[in-house]
Amino acid sequence: MNNARVQQILRQMGHQVTDRLWRLGFACRFLLMTVLYSGTALKRFHLTIREIYFTGVLSLIIILVSGMFVGMVLGLQGYDTLQRYGAAESLGVLVALSLVRELGPVVAALLFASRAGSAITAEIGLMKATEQLSAMEMMAVSPIARVVAPRFWAGVISMPMLAALFSAMGVLGGYLVGVQLIGVDEGAFWSQMQAAVDFRQDIMNGVIKSFVFGVLVSWIAVFEGFDADPTAEGVSRATTRTVVTSSLAILAADFVLTAFMFRGI
Amino acid sequence: MNRAVIDLWVGLFVAMGLAALLFLGLKAANLGATDIGETYSLQARFDNIGGLKVRGPVKSAGVVVGRVSEIRFDAESYTALVSMQVDKRYQFPRDTFATINTSGLLGEQYVGFEVGGDPDMLKAGDVLKKTQSAVVLEKLISQFMFNKASGDEGKK
Repeated sequence: MNNARVQQILRQMGHQVTDRLWRLGFACRFLLMTVLYSGTALKRFHLTIREIYFTGVLSLIIILVSGMFVGMVLGLQGYDTLQRYGAAESLGVLVALSLVRELGPVVAALLFASRAGSAITAEIGLMKATEQLSAMEMMAVSPIARVVAPRFWAGVISMPMLAALFSAMGVLGGYLVGVQLIGVDEGAFWSQMQAAVDFRQDIMNGVIKSFVFGVLVSWIAVFEGFDADPTAEGVSRATTRTVVTSSLAILAADFVLTAFMFRGI
Repeated sequence: MNRAVIDLWVGLFVAMGLAALLFLGLKAANLGATDIGETYSLQARFDNIGGLKVRGPVKSAGVVVGRVSEIRFDAESYTALVSMQVDKRYQFPRDTFATINTSGLLGEQYVGFEVGGDPDMLKAGDVLKKTQSAVVLEKLISQFMFNKASGDEGKK
């Protein structure tokens, strides 16, 4: 009896592993197909522009407001720590570097995953549940070219813009709190920032990061939607999975990218 | 929603994104302003460069006149060979004295040029003959302590 129990547990574990591997393989094939079928998305670009509106423009408010608040908090916390060492003028460096290198791309991507990624998954999953995708296939329209690819590219295009806006708003927020509220010297705030932040090393690496996160989030979102069980429960589970998986993927990818970019030569 | 309205919003979105990038580039990173135009290369040997880094500034009279472009260890003379790119507008006499200084007590280190009186000017690729190494704080403190100790013994 005991033996049968062990066997069952082993079988379940094996099933889980093969299931994960199968999904990973399917996800990779799906990404390849999305890229191969993106001719339509680029040729009929208004499809992509429409999706940029839904994923990018409608995420603007949350990105701008959170960027502002993150920058303001950085200003307060950074000032509190730096003034203990008599280095309050370095506040600009602290705010700008932490935003441009890490917080901008990462927090913007996390917000993007929960604001736009979940919406994409729910939309595609619901299309599948209501058999709109099958209907397209019946009319010889590839759902990957018509539905998936525009959403994927819209996410990839929007993400770096949103991250740059997040960082810019954060720097402004840090300026408002640090200079206007606390009274750090304005000239030192900007000039130390300009001396310490390098365009290629810091800002471009941040843009590269946010581009990678954009690919990851959009890929996970369209895949989970396309792979969702065509039921109400399946769509809700897929939406949850999108947010969880893409958040984890963003943080893990951030570690790998940071290790490559900022090892301190 | 109307396609024209969506186009307008997306255009605005992209313009805002690019403007944010431009803001970060110009206001946070000072892109373009620190670029020195045409440069020529000078070299100097130091016994100890302390914490000097590549891309560190080269200053004369406190004004940035160039950047450190390369730092190499010379295995034959056991010294550090520092290459610098100096702005072409500025010429320095042959007996210019290169020192490694620190801005502030804990600030970054830079190469300082103290100008001599030689009528001949340095040319591209020249090596500065007279240099002074970085001040290493530990050495300074230990020297001070030894002096103090020997001084006390002398008094006895």
